[in-house]
Amino acid sequence: MTVKRARDLAFSGIVLIAAAIWIFPLYWALTTSLRSENRIVSDAGVLIDELNFSAYLSVLSNSKLPIWYLNSVGTSLIITIIVLVTGMMCAYALSQLRFPGRKMLYLVVVASFMVPVPALYVAQFVLMSDLDLVNTWWGIILPQLIVPVVVIVYKQFFDAIPREMREAVLLDGGGEFTLLFKLYLPLNWGITAALAIITFISAWNNFFWPFLIATSENMMTIPVGITQVNDSFGVAYARMMALALLAAAPVIIGYLVFQKRVTEAVMISAGVKG
Amino acid sequence: MSIPKRRRRELRASFLMTAPFLFIFIVFFLYPTFSVIALSFTDAPLIGEGQWIGVDNYAKLLNDRLFYTSLWNNLYFVLLTVIPTTVIALLIALAVSKLKGRMQALVLTLFFLPYVLPVSVVTMIWTWMLDFQFGILQPLIAAITGKPVPVFKNPHWVMPMIAVVTIWWTNGFNVLLLIAGLRNIPPDLYEAAALDGATSWQRFWRVTWPLLWPITALVLTLQLILQLKLFDQVYLLSNGGPFNQSYVVLMQMYREAFQLNNGGYASAIAMVLFLFIVIVSVLQFQLLRIGGRK
Repeated sequence: MTVKRARDLAFSGIVLIAAAIWIFPLYWALTTSLRSENRIVSDAGVLIDELNFSAYLSVLSNSKLPIWYLNSVGTSLIITIIVLVTGMMCAYALSQLRFPGRKMLYLVVVASFMVPVPALYVAQFVLMSDLDLVNTWWGIILPQLIVPVVVIVYKQFFDAIPREMREAVLLDGGGEFTLLFKLYLPLNWGITAALAIITFISAWNNFFWPFLIATSENMMTIPVGITQVNDSFGVAYARMMALALLAAAPVIIGYLVFQKRVTEAVMISAGVKG
Repeated sequence: MSIPKRRRRELRASFLMTAPFLFIFIVFFLYPTFSVIALSFTDAPLIGEGQWIGVDNYAKLLNDRLFYTSLWNNLYFVLLTVIPTTVIALLIALAVSKLKGRMQALVLTLFFLPYVLPVSVVTMIWTWMLDFQFGILQPLIAAITGKPVPVFKNPHWVMPMIAVVTIWWTNGFNVLLLIAGLRNIPPDLYEAAALDGATSWQRFWRVTWPLLWPITALVLTLQLILQLKLFDQVYLLSNGGPFNQSYVVLMQMYREAFQLNNGGYASAIAMVLFLFIVIVSVLQFQLLRIGGRK
């Protein structure tokens, strides 16, 4: 038994070391960001032995990071809210109501999974330009509102709710909207939170579309904005890493706080039960 | 309440509830889908009207050597990422699923964390890791090849290194799916196999592998679709270079549309990618359906 225990312990140790190596780039970015520019090019000790925040201060005061934060938070929040509300209502109708074209609508939503979104960027850019929305929040937001997986996931969860529960609300004189917001939504707060987090993270992380539509520095989101600074710094890796970590902080913290929800959402949106 | 009135209310509610989604879906998704198809048959610039030119753009594509380079690089990248990332993710998932409690949670967090990072953060970190002069990985590269290599400026190294960065970034997703798949395998099957005296090697190939196959197939096809859409990492790490060795289809679409102002031609390029991915998706659907029937 002790031999087995020792082997288990050794195995855990090896896996932990592998995980530590895997996350090393992020750790190394943190170490670098806490050093002075002179030091990072002269010696390469891997331990965090210095807490020099000058790179962070320099980045915060010399870049438009605060504006990009605002743009990212604003657009990602609006995207998340609209995607969830419209997706939830559509899913409710698909799941609980009978109307002509219902099957057709569901098929189109499922089929839209197949379309590679970047292939539409040229046409979407032309559309945004026709609507005069280039370099605006709505230009960033509108094409990102297409998240069919939200409809599919909500529909599956709504389908699973016993229909007897509806009757009670209907007898009390409630309509379909009351049913959705007083019964179906409260029963699905968990999945709503999960979908909200994953939608927010993907909107926050989207690079290609905001990069095309937000070309003026004041309209850029975080992932696009930080690539601009990087060009103007030259070799200034302490500042680059400080910038990278500041840009990633909200998603890293969000993930660590809502870990269970994030992993749940990732699995559900891939169609896998956890 | 009379039936027709109830029915009318149901129809009204259906309309009100589907309308917002439908409006967004039609205007910002279906319409662009049709207009990209239409644009691909015109000589339109990015902004402005164009003439209908039939299949000229597609004929031009057939003679465009850069397009073949892009396609080849896309396929090369798929080879470099799809199967390697699935194998790595499977090894990690098998290891993680043997751990217990907090240890398991900690290790899984560490392996998954890169997946939530924005792509430009990932490329900035790896640009620093692999910096020609000061990169912490250069001693390792020098130990293997004898000298440091500016990896994103070297035609042989560029695609494999973009693949390494991509695998590091996206692997956590695959690990998560495979762990879920492993958890769904009933433990009594392993007990039965152990009673029959199966070695752990036999248990893997006779129990784990066949039962995990639906998830493995899902991971493989999702990766295939994802990696065909390669753009961000290439744009940020090598910008298609050196000597077009990392030029890919979406890179060409971007250049044609947004730098050379050829909206029509860029749309034709987009259509090729579109077709590729639709075909892969249909195959995926069939594959998963067959897997589900067993």
